Amino acid sequence: MNNDKLIIGGHEFNSRFILGSGKYSMKLIEAAVKDAGAEIITLAVRRANTKEQESILDYIPEGITLLPNTSGARNAEEAVRIARLAREIGCGNFVKIEIMRDSKYLLPDNAETVKATEILAEEGFVVMPYMYPDLNAARDLVNAGAASVMPLASPIGSNKGLATKEFIQILIDEIDLPIIVDAGIGRPSQACEAMEMGAAAIMANTALATAGDLPMMASAFKNAIEAGRKAYLSGLGRVLTRGASASDPLTGFLRD
Amino acid sequence: MENQFFVDSEHLSSEALAKKHRLETDPSSRKNPMEYLPGMEVIESDICAKVMAQMNSYHYVQYTAADVKAALEHDTCTIEDFKALLSPAAEPFLEQMAQRARIETSKHFGNTVYLFTPLYIANYCENYCVYCGFNCYNHIRRRKLSVDQIEKEMKVIADSGMEEILILTGESRSQSDVGYIGDACRLARKYFRMVGLEIYPVNTDEYKYLHECGADYVTVFQETYDTDQYEQLHLLGHKRVWPYRFDAQERALRGGMRGVAFSALLGLSDFRKDALASALHVYYLQRKYPYAEMSLSCPRLRPIINNEKINPLNVREKQLCQVLCAYRIFLPFVGITVSSRESAAFRNGIVKIAATKVSAGVSTGIGDHESKYTGKETDDLQGDEQFEIDDSRSLDKMYKDIAEEGLQPVLNDYLYV
Repeated sequence: MNNDKLIIGGHEFNSRFILGSGKYSMKLIEAAVKDAGAEIITLAVRRANTKEQESILDYIPEGITLLPNTSGARNAEEAVRIARLAREIGCGNFVKIEIMRDSKYLLPDNAETVKATEILAEEGFVVMPYMYPDLNAARDLVNAGAASVMPLASPIGSNKGLATKEFIQILIDEIDLPIIVDAGIGRPSQACEAMEMGAAAIMANTALATAGDLPMMASAFKNAIEAGRKAYLSGLGRVLTRGASASDPLTGFLRD
Repeated sequence: MENQFFVDSEHLSSEALAKKHRLETDPSSRKNPMEYLPGMEVIESDICAKVMAQMNSYHYVQYTAADVKAALEHDTCTIEDFKALLSPAAEPFLEQMAQRARIETSKHFGNTVYLFTPLYIANYCENYCVYCGFNCYNHIRRRKLSVDQIEKEMKVIADSGMEEILILTGESRSQSDVGYIGDACRLARKYFRMVGLEIYPVNTDEYKYLHECGADYVTVFQETYDTDQYEQLHLLGHKRVWPYRFDAQERALRGGMRGVAFSALLGLSDFRKDALASALHVYYLQRKYPYAEMSLSCPRLRPIINNEKINPLNVREKQLCQVLCAYRIFLPFVGITVSSRESAAFRNGIVKIAATKVSAGVSTGIGDHESKYTGKETDDLQGDEQFEIDDSRSLDKMYKDIAEEGLQPVLNDYLYV
């Protein structure tokens, strides 16, 4: 397990929990780092765009990788502009692309996301695109230079779990990049299930932010993600999801 | 009890007074409110017909407790469910509605509350809207800030920590033309992260110009969707043209604005019907422009200078809360703004249920931020206020109060791209 690293764009991480940016608070960041063990924290560039004394940037502990996102972008061009701004204000080279053409469900626009990925990867960003789990779009993202693929589990903020499970499994099976399940994970058990399926990491925010005891929920997610990862590595994950094997071989009657 | 809107000023000439009385008493002296004036852009749109068909067929007394219970059970709130939640039958379910609204608010906005402040830069007005302190027959001190004065006001506000500003004018194209408002937007971009506008409705190309000047959010209150009542309250001026006002948000979006805000002024007509129409205005426009951000406000009538008697009639705090909970359950994704017209206690309570944005450090007068923020003596060059506010908390106080309620005050969550 010690050598089991999450590798994104050549960078190694021990933790497979990534904090999303939806509902931000300093308490949440603290719990995510201390209790969930997060090494990557998402930051909405538009929220960082503040003169406020309590700037989010000041609250990111040392050694944590910032993952600025492009929330608020409605097309590739806007996402590219936000990503460049993030780099200018010192957020590093990582960027999570979020492009929404819909203010109601906040569903990502895959076509625009592919376009933005291509431009930003070319400019040297480590691009982590948020997407609707579609195999063709995921392949386009790979070709465009993405460092990971981040399919949504269910509508953002909904806590509804793995509504797109079958399609995420296809991405895990077919795409040679880390598949990070993002959006909709509401419980540790759902995070565990995604990890058993072979997801590389889990991004969550609302599930923690809206919990009664934030630090305890953060630690529950840490354990669930680690358990799911172990199950996947042990090989049990596939047996569990694809049905148990029969105790007597079905082909035992064959004589030669 | 009816509102007594008509107040005569001794400062009016006998000619002006005669015209005022004619407008008030003789409907034939008033222009047709459904007819566009020269220069007003007409756009092809089916939104108005859809909203009005729903509103006109809404008979809220038909809804029962069973309809309300069913609406609260449903995962997705349909238009029918929403109508039930706005009906008198829902009043006994206010607590359940608040519980549900709180869940929806928290799913979409977490525990954040956004803060902004309005800045009135002029109070000249060419309209006679009988309930408004700025109306052209009301004797008040009129002012229009110069560009230098606007900058001075903005500096004072920005120094208080505010990052979002809403620029307002009275509705006078001749006194506050689009170029003047554009100059104010350019200045505002220097001092603030987010610039909104609440001005008279303009054409698409003018919204485009104002967007290029830095504004990105347009608020237009329809006042009432009841066209007959509208006709009797807006007696003179371009604001009298009801359909041009209705299409303002759509023109703003076509002009490139990121978001638009809506409201009826609750208390002018049947508030349940007006609330239904306001929300459906948002609902249908969001379906047509899905990328746009939308928000709803909920102003109630307030007393004005020279008329203390104006009040929101049957829209009491309970009814207002019911409307806001229904808005939230029907439109979980929209912003809901509650202004300083409401009391501190109401605003403290409602941000925990449904509201996502509140104003702070508010003045509805012209050029008086320095005296209000720093206590500096006024020089009598200030313009009078549009209406009396109730909650006069400063940004600092509001920020602390919100944090003490366990919520997170946010000064900006926006980028101009």
